[in-house]
Amino acid sequence: MAKDVTTASFQADVLSNTKPVLVDFWAEWCGPCRMVSPILDQIAEEYADKIEVVKVNVDDEPALAQQYGITGIPALQVFKGGAVVKSMVGAKPKQILVHDLAEFLQ
Amino acid sequence: MRDVIIIGSGPAGYTAGIYTARAGLKPLLIASSVEAGGELMKTTEVENFPGFPEGLQGPELMANFQEQAERFGTEILMDDVVEVDLAGDVKIVKTGGGETFEAKTVILATGAAYRELGLPREKELSGHGVSWCATCDGFFFREKNIAVVGGGDSAMEEALFLTRFASKVYLIHRRDTFKASKIMQERALANPKIEVIWNSEIAELKGATNLEGVTLRNTVDGSSSELALDGLFIAVGNDPRVWLVENQVQLTPERFIQVEGRSSKTSLPGVFACGDVIDPTYRQAITAAGSGCVAALDAEHYLANH
Repeated sequence: MAKDVTTASFQADVLSNTKPVLVDFWAEWCGPCRMVSPILDQIAEEYADKIEVVKVNVDDEPALAQQYGITGIPALQVFKGGAVVKSMVGAKPKQILVHDLAEFLQ
Repeated sequence: MRDVIIIGSGPAGYTAGIYTARAGLKPLLIASSVEAGGELMKTTEVENFPGFPEGLQGPELMANFQEQAERFGTEILMDDVVEVDLAGDVKIVKTGGGETFEAKTVILATGAAYRELGLPREKELSGHGVSWCATCDGFFFREKNIAVVGGGDSAMEEALFLTRFASKVYLIHRRDTFKASKIMQERALANPKIEVIWNSEIAELKGATNLEGVTLRNTVDGSSSELALDGLFIAVGNDPRVWLVENQVQLTPERFIQVEGRSSKTSLPGVFACGDVIDPTYRQAITAAGSGCVAALDAEHYLANH
């Protein structure tokens, strides 16, 4: 299961992480977020040694959403060395997500 | 081999599931991995589906459809169909997850996908101020200036929903009248936060990383004007989702799946189609559901005679 991160834990869990981190910005009321969430859990499990997957609830953490310019969810951002290196918006099937994230899963 | 495979999980697909399951055909319904439930998953209040006098939320209605289909034994698979071979007596259906299924009949209920404006940078700015889903993204536009483009019921609904968050909602439409239902038009026009910009279309999307505004072109005199915006919601209609079958079944000139008369029969025996993918005219949850019932009964009849 992808771990929930907050403003307080963002530095340690995301920005200082030695692995690439896929951050899923989501909310309870977002249908597409609920669809993509189990797919991200599968990716987290299957590629556990390559990438970390975490979740930011935008209702609970509006400041983080604003800081990273989120205007549509689900927003998936990959952080590497403390910076955003890839940004995607919208729910996509697993095969497509794995394809789009290929560079971080090898 | 299965009797029935249903592709799609909107009102048409699930209704076909309910009927074929009750007929003992043990249907497999392939729902899609991320868009299960179809268009209504993106709506809020559904007020016009008969049987629910107080209305209900779109996602709740679709959960009811699914539960009812499963109750009678519809098997539901959350995966995407990526390839079909429908010409022979044995229909072949392949999924993104790598499974291959065979069936005597296939019911196509793939619905319609939102239409894009077709402007440069539209994809780039998608999720960065440009959106197709007010219920998903409206939250991020608190106290902002936004616009909805379109003139149908969906455009009215999106504009009204967005007034909960935005300080101002422009409604941009290329004609001087809306084609939305009277009740929706009246609600939109009466809302003090909504300002209609008639006879205008969007010529250009502006902004470096996020949308900052649009250039409008007047459809009557051709003049241009600028409008500063934080967000733009596109509700200009849908196109039938036919890429899976376009080289196999006959399409209409408008690229809907062609069906015979009032039936759901496509140009291939044993292949039936229902819902928005065959309907250029009505496109309601209730007409899609009715159409799904027709497809189920046609498939049942076909199986009884083959």
